[in-house]
Amino acid sequence: MDEIQRTLLKEVADLDALPVGAYNIRSNGAAAGRNSTANIEIVPKEDKPGIEIYIKPGTKKESVHIPVIITQTGLTDLVYNDFYIGEDCDVTIIAGCGIHNCGGELSQHDGIHTFYIGKNSKLRYVEKHYGSGDEVSKRVMNPTTIVHLDEGANMEMETTQIAGIDDTDRRTEGDLKAGAMLVVKEKILTTGVQKAKTYFNVDLNGEGCSANIISRSVAKENSWQHFDSRINGNAPCAGHSECDSIIMDHGCVTASPQLTANDIDASLIHEAAIGKIAGEQLMKLMTLGLTEKEAEEQIVNGFLK
Amino acid sequence: MLELKNVGFVADGEVEILKDVSLTINERFVAITGPNGGGKSTLAKLIAGIYEPTSGQILLDGVDITHMSITDRAKLGVSYAFQQPVRFKGLQVRDLIRLAAGRKITITEACNYLSEVGLCARDYIDREVNASLSGGELKRIEIAMVLARGTKLSVFDEPEAGIDLWSFQNLIHVFEKMYEETRGSILIISHQERILNIADKIVVIRDGEVTKYGTRDEILPELLESADAGNVACDVLTQKIK
Repeated sequence: MDEIQRTLLKEVADLDALPVGAYNIRSNGAAAGRNSTANIEIVPKEDKPGIEIYIKPGTKKESVHIPVIITQTGLTDLVYNDFYIGEDCDVTIIAGCGIHNCGGELSQHDGIHTFYIGKNSKLRYVEKHYGSGDEVSKRVMNPTTIVHLDEGANMEMETTQIAGIDDTDRRTEGDLKAGAMLVVKEKILTTGVQKAKTYFNVDLNGEGCSANIISRSVAKENSWQHFDSRINGNAPCAGHSECDSIIMDHGCVTASPQLTANDIDASLIHEAAIGKIAGEQLMKLMTLGLTEKEAEEQIVNGFLK
Repeated sequence: MLELKNVGFVADGEVEILKDVSLTINERFVAITGPNGGGKSTLAKLIAGIYEPTSGQILLDGVDITHMSITDRAKLGVSYAFQQPVRFKGLQVRDLIRLAAGRKITITEACNYLSEVGLCARDYIDREVNASLSGGELKRIEIAMVLARGTKLSVFDEPEAGIDLWSFQNLIHVFEKMYEETRGSILIISHQERILNIADKIVVIRDGEVTKYGTRDEILPELLESADAGNVACDVLTQKIK
């Protein structure tokens, strides 16, 4: 692994060395390292690119790292990763993709992740997308996340795209059984002429299940973002979505939330706010001695922290 | 020393808010009081650089800061606690304290500033400065930021608003300690008799003009008297006397 690959690995998975526990590292479309443990088994798919991850029931306090790195220009990488998490687990899965491209051609990673989360299991899923390289070489990432939560299962997903991705089409879909809970925290920053589309569809099918989708984004310069969320309350349930965006320069954000209540006891809420940084926020930080530009940076960093 | 020389301010090109204000402030505590809408907050904003005077001059230790930016004034030693503190989604209390201090500070230092203003540091240091904080909590954090800055001029716009009676004495203690550490001037806009009571000098601003300026002993009895006579200096004073 060279210096660029090591940097990408650090950015997307916070890894300086091989992780402890189970892992699968994919580099330029091929497996670069894999480790299974007593409770977590990782096997390659036979019919298509990707892996299957099996986590035994009752597995607690264990983690899986599955970073993807691409440094080859002109490569289009498509993977299907399926996660089977048994009942009563409490695990963390750290995914993420980093592309370094300065070869002039387009490099793309499409990751389709499907989760089957067993009864009363708890999953924290962290996903980070990062790009680096020159301005002419395009970097594209289209992550799809599909989650099936069984009764009483709980998933918290943190997904972040802070820099360097020219085009992204993010899709997150979920269905929840009784008592299940899904929390998604998404953070997106776009600059230049970057485009980001993010789509959520959540079906709240079981009694007492709940979903909370929180998206915070910043669109700078001439970048463009589209937020589209759909929460369908098909049972007595609670759904909440929130899209909070800061626009700067000539940035453009569209928020298109949709709520559908198919049950009299479905309680669904959406909040959306798009606007520039409030003048009084800038002023406050300037009274602390920051310049306007420094104040802007602090506000944006805090907002996406 | 802060000097205002014939300072005037006209809002939106037509409403005259301040007229020919001249003041020299070199004392520990100076309180600015007067009826609502008289121009007190505007004066504070002119000193902090949020507004620029339409006429006159403002000098800090002899340096003309009339047309200086908010940032440059802050760097020169002006601190300003807003009447209505600003909320920030995502920024934590510790971030604001660190930015106010202008350097990397330890958690213990940041916690000390919070304890000074009566907040249990452990509960607040990691809190986001968002809508989950009450008005009173935000006010205290605002004061803690000015403490962390420790500059030669600190301007507070109604710092007592939202602070409960129990901690009022602590607030006064905060101002006294701030003076011991900075040896600068503390300018407080207030309607509270107890704040006016610790002031070395009191400025009364009414209809955009300085109508009285003198020592506490000269001004306060007069103020209380005029409030009693129905010539309302401020509602709080009137209520107290009744």
